[in-house]
Amino acid sequence: MYVNFGVALALTIIGIGFVALMFGLQKLLAPSNPHERKLIPYECGEPPTGRAWINFNVRFYLIALIFVVFEVEVAFVYPIAAVYLDWVRSGRRLYALSEIFVFLMILFVGLVYVWVKHDLEWIKKVPESGV
Amino acid sequence: MSMEPLQIYERVKERFGDRVLEVSEKKPDPFIVIDPSALVEVGTFMRDDPELAMDCLSNESGVDYKDRIEVVYHLFSYSRRHGAVMKIKLPRDNPSVTTLEEVWKSANWMEREIFDLLGVTFEGHSDLRRILMPEDWIGYPLRKDFVEPTEYHGISTIRESPIIRLDSKKK
Amino acid sequence: MPLLNTLPDYVLTTKTDELLNWMRKSSIWYMLFGLACCAIELMHTGGPRADIERFGATPRASARQSDLMIVAGTLTLKMALRTRLLYDQMPDPKYVIAMGSCASCGGLFQLAYSVCDGVDKILPVDVYVPGCPPRPEALTEGLLKLQEKIMSERWLARSSNGVAAA
Repeated sequence: MYVNFGVALALTIIGIGFVALMFGLQKLLAPSNPHERKLIPYECGEPPTGRAWINFNVRFYLIALIFVVFEVEVAFVYPIAAVYLDWVRSGRRLYALSEIFVFLMILFVGLVYVWVKHDLEWIKKVPESGV
Repeated sequence: MSMEPLQIYERVKERFGDRVLEVSEKKPDPFIVIDPSALVEVGTFMRDDPELAMDCLSNESGVDYKDRIEVVYHLFSYSRRHGAVMKIKLPRDNPSVTTLEEVWKSANWMEREIFDLLGVTFEGHSDLRRILMPEDWIGYPLRKDFVEPTEYHGISTIRESPIIRLDSKKK
Repeated sequence: MPLLNTLPDYVLTTKTDELLNWMRKSSIWYMLFGLACCAIELMHTGGPRADIERFGATPRASARQSDLMIVAGTLTLKMALRTRLLYDQMPDPKYVIAMGSCASCGGLFQLAYSVCDGVDKILPVDVYVPGCPPRPEALTEGLLKLQEKIMSERWLARSSNGVAAA
């Protein structure tokens, strides 16, 4: 059983080592010629105006938040789907089904809430009353 | 439905009288020359009149003759399927005329091009700046007396002659 | 720390140089810099029939990810300033192919008021490919000439001016 940990360690070492080898070779063998005109932000040839780091739209944050919650839900459902057949064979089919059903229903309530509050739309329609 | 060009010009002439300076003779592509101060009125009349109904300014271009600059307007009517040509004559030094942008929107870029390449100023234009040449170019290239600058931002425009005389190398 | 231009001349570096140059020449990523009609022939050269991807040359849209700039088409003075900026923003080592007669010498439009006669007025050119437009086979030949030029570069030996002694 501990062989799997060894495999994971070997993979980590090889991954880090490979990247380190590439960076090392680049430091040794690649020409480096930075000058001021090379380092300005790339704007397809036009002289750049303004800063290169701009603020992100906050809608992306909202989408990411909703995504993370439901992604975790999917991640929990996967192992249950894997062992479901064993539970069915041992006769506890109804128990397993009701457990997973309750789990999904709790998160479904969250989905309905997000839907009703117009958080799934990219551009939210603000009601005129200013609520 | 569709009128002959000379009939169109007769109709314009009877409306505007002596502000129409000249109607060309009968030839395959006749034109009409009008007074620059009457330009917007004639254009509006040509667009709004139900008989003429020129709803498209299909081309506007400038011509540099030695003694004057002309601006030529090609009008076309999609509903009536007839066209007309309108010209105005401007003096060469400081040529300027009112813009036709309010009458036909397509005049926007076409007048910018004439301004860029011939130097005609269009009064009332919303965005009169260079469209083809770089913004900091000096001079109007399509004028007959345009002299090319010898360099632009450090890039020399002088061309070395490509003809290599082989006998001069023997010496 | 870098090994470039450091090794004295009694250290023979031919095989290492050959290896590095072979790696570089087999994977020249060119920037899609099609300005005019030669761009169509550039697209043909990258297409299936006369394929330069078999030589490792794949098109990149960004100057930051390319090491070859194929100037395909007429260079106007307005574009010349941007071309110089794009060339400056390419990472080293970088090469330039002037494709067609407009990029080599101004071509058909040499007498025009707005045309920069040849891209070599603003950039150092490695290979000139004549033609109007050059056939895909001609551009492939130009790329192969550039590969020969890359193979002859020496990076590791110490040279007097500090850049690759070709």
